[in-house]
Amino acid sequence: MIETALISPAKAWFLFLPAWFFSLLIPVVGMTVFTYLIIRRLAPLMRAAPDHRFDRIPERIFQVLKIWLAQWRHPRYLFAGVLHIVMFAGFLCLLIRSTQMVILGFAEGFVFPGFHGVIGDVYNILRQIMAMAVLIVAVVAMIRRGIFKPARYAVPERYGKDHTAEAVFVLSLISILMLSEGLFDGSLAAAAAQQGMQAAPLVPGSLSWIFRYLFGNASPKTLQAIHLLAYYTHDLTFFSFLCFLPLGKHFHVVTSLFNVFFMRLQKGNIKPVRYGVSDEKLDDLNSVGVKKLEDFTWKHMLDFYTCADCGRCADNCPANAVGRPLSPRFLTIKARDLMFKNYPVYPLNAPIKPGEALIGGIYTEDEIWSCTTCGACEQECPLGIEYIDKIVDLRRGMIDDGNVPQSLQKPLKALEKRGNPWGKMEKKRGDWSKEKEFAAKYTVKSMEDGDTADTLYFVDSITSYDDRMQSIAQAATKVLVASGIDFMILGKNEKDSGHEVRRFGEEMLFQDLRDHNTEMIKESGAKHIVTTDPHAYNALCKDYNKLPPVEHISQLIVRRIQDGHLRLSPIKTEGKVYTYHDPCYLGRHNDIYEEPRMALDAIKGLKRVEMTRSRDRSFCCGGGGLMLFYEPQEDKRMGVVRVEMAAEAGANVIVTACPFCLINIEDAIKVAGMENKMEVVDLTELIARHIVE
Amino acid sequence: MREKIMEILVCIKRVPDTAENEIELNSTGNDLNREDLVYSINDWDNYAVEEAIQIVDRVGGNVTVVTLGDEESKEVLRRELAMGANNALFLSDDAFGRLDGRGVATVLEKVVKKGNYDLILTGVQADDGASQIGGMLAAMLDYPYASVVNSIAIKEDKVLEISRETEGGNLEISQINMPCVLSIQTGINEPRYVGIRGIRKVASVEIPTLTTDDLGLDTLALKPRTTRLDYFVPELGESAEMLQGSTEEIITTLIGMLKAKGGLK
Repeated sequence: MIETALISPAKAWFLFLPAWFFSLLIPVVGMTVFTYLIIRRLAPLMRAAPDHRFDRIPERIFQVLKIWLAQWRHPRYLFAGVLHIVMFAGFLCLLIRSTQMVILGFAEGFVFPGFHGVIGDVYNILRQIMAMAVLIVAVVAMIRRGIFKPARYAVPERYGKDHTAEAVFVLSLISILMLSEGLFDGSLAAAAAQQGMQAAPLVPGSLSWIFRYLFGNASPKTLQAIHLLAYYTHDLTFFSFLCFLPLGKHFHVVTSLFNVFFMRLQKGNIKPVRYGVSDEKLDDLNSVGVKKLEDFTWKHMLDFYTCADCGRCADNCPANAVGRPLSPRFLTIKARDLMFKNYPVYPLNAPIKPGEALIGGIYTEDEIWSCTTCGACEQECPLGIEYIDKIVDLRRGMIDDGNVPQSLQKPLKALEKRGNPWGKMEKKRGDWSKEKEFAAKYTVKSMEDGDTADTLYFVDSITSYDDRMQSIAQAATKVLVASGIDFMILGKNEKDSGHEVRRFGEEMLFQDLRDHNTEMIKESGAKHIVTTDPHAYNALCKDYNKLPPVEHISQLIVRRIQDGHLRLSPIKTEGKVYTYHDPCYLGRHNDIYEEPRMALDAIKGLKRVEMTRSRDRSFCCGGGGLMLFYEPQEDKRMGVVRVEMAAEAGANVIVTACPFCLINIEDAIKVAGMENKMEVVDLTELIARHIVE
Repeated sequence: MREKIMEILVCIKRVPDTAENEIELNSTGNDLNREDLVYSINDWDNYAVEEAIQIVDRVGGNVTVVTLGDEESKEVLRRELAMGANNALFLSDDAFGRLDGRGVATVLEKVVKKGNYDLILTGVQADDGASQIGGMLAAMLDYPYASVVNSIAIKEDKVLEISRETEGGNLEISQINMPCVLSIQTGINEPRYVGIRGIRKVASVEIPTLTTDDLGLDTLALKPRTTRLDYFVPELGESAEMLQGSTEEIITTLIGMLKAKGGLK
């Protein structure tokens, strides 16, 4: 029996009852309520659509270690990120101590197995440091949230209520936990010192240390009262906090580990219409896509629960930035609130209300069509919440109900009939290669004419048909010829890659286009595919199956420069400052950031600057494919915002590597009235101009 | 309002899609070169079907779509079934080969008489048509008729309140008794999208075919009274017109011209 300086909660009496009774009662009640809340919260997930997330376990564990444990994405917002990392590290560290505290209430002197020796001593020092650090962070965070109020957390009126009060309340609970634990420790150490007993070492400057000296001269009676009061304050706060978690944005404390474990591992792909249902069986389904809450997959519902309402997604969302009626943050928060409303936890066994329509309810049509699927939100989310698949699933639902804006119906119908969104004739798809001046110098092989070659140039619709973009196809020809690559096109046998068709929710039409192109590519005998269009590149890589290897032309350019086949002349223009705009489907969705920059830097004398928002934080130009036809409600064009960013970086030439970026930015320069100050060029065009023949 | 059951017949047509085609003439010059054409439902007819579906959604009833044409015309019937029409009728007979507008109206008159329709809708016109079927059909049936209708409201039993678009975009509100024939203007609604999945789902629906015998038609009555002699694309004018005057005047003239050409509403 260890002699203690104060009576421990396990031995004390309260209201004529042994205190251990309360020490047991509090955790039992707390855990019962918490378990009930979790079971109720799981109810909608049980009714959700299936999702296959138990594959690739090693990669998932790696994600947990990187994104969850190492808080990989947090420092992207440096100050808030560091605060959170300290808070999170403290949480993990003090979880052991808090649990030990709970048990100490009925088992005096309890120490976890393995914590008796050196490990225990080291841990005791560590936890004291962490407790102080967490308290400091909590206070700083409260000041930040309560007084400075960063714009990122603001809630526009149409989206609901501000959550600053909730944040400050939780930070207060955390502070109380730290202070009460420090008082519990400090009072005991003070009493031990008074009685000349040896006590565990205190870290100078820690809360326990501060309280030990603050109450160094207090009477034993006072110290005893503080000791017990601190204990039960900690105990009650701990379980109140636990039961408060599933009621709001702090649910992420419980769900984040699971959410990160189950997060998407691949980028640029789109989930199947319904997991477990093959393409052929889709016609048999009564309904496809997400129309009501329960049509979401369980992982998507877990996403809703997990959102910490931090606003990083919305802060990076280009649609939100230009005033379109979409904010990824509120897409999630509105769904979470609907889950809370329709699956209530109080009163006990309150009836659930499944089946509420989402469009016309919490979401509007324009909100769902406003997304360019640029992926900035998913890139940023520190909790691995996904958006693109949800947007696509909601669009699938609207397509299934025939609920499609007139502006999109026409191009969709044209894609169905003619394989391109303008309804241009199939036989004119290869006309760019027959233009007089160009054709006098270059002959482009075409499958249409029975030609064969190892390399296939997949041109896709916009580069084939748009007068301006045809110049990219011609430039690509020059680059390929100069690189000594024998290539062909599919000509009239090529149809739209269907990249946006799929992302706009018309899955069946996409599958028809995919099947057609796949058959033609196989028939062509090509062993290697190259494309100038990142959307086509992403489609062929992520949406198609079993094709020959696909390369974006920027990769091919760098490869051919490195192996000496392609030689570039020094820069020809003076006074030009270039900046590279990362297309979403080349950068974020396919991690191709270096090659286009290397290709540019291969032109001697080219002065290049970076925009603040570059690489994986690139700002979408306005979207490609069908997005060109959609008429969004917005205050400003995304392209205009992007052009302004380039000007701010000190550039006067924007280089991009995507025909849609080129068309959007070209339009934006005109809209912004910056024709004399800014120009835009495609990487392939720029390289073609500098080829040494 | 008590539950009504409306039986609605919508007359539809498969036409070369002018928006998605580059029109060229055939070698004899009396028709389009149809080889490279893509076809779809006539735009006006699509609005008419959407309107019929919306009416039935409100008051109950059935929408029947009918077309006259070759085997491929069934494609547009299926599209409208996928859209939400309840029944489809396919009119096919060797005698239907080269009908003029009056001939088509004669066939449709029999179709209407075989059914029990409260409301017959047509498009205002077809991309390749002459805006004559609705009026002729109404006359043959001795039904009331309104053309260029851009809204339909159901008042009391068997009475509709409709609005019609008149020149210059003015609206005229009328009351009309059912059964009646209305020709529907685009813009009356926003037709729903018909996806590939929807079309595939009705791919195996049996569509009944009606011939002259089924309709009790005398082929002599179908003999065309007009014959197409020529079809040509007018030469494009060479010169551009330069607008004169102050900016204000130019803007006013330009808006007037755009309105006249249908570029502005």
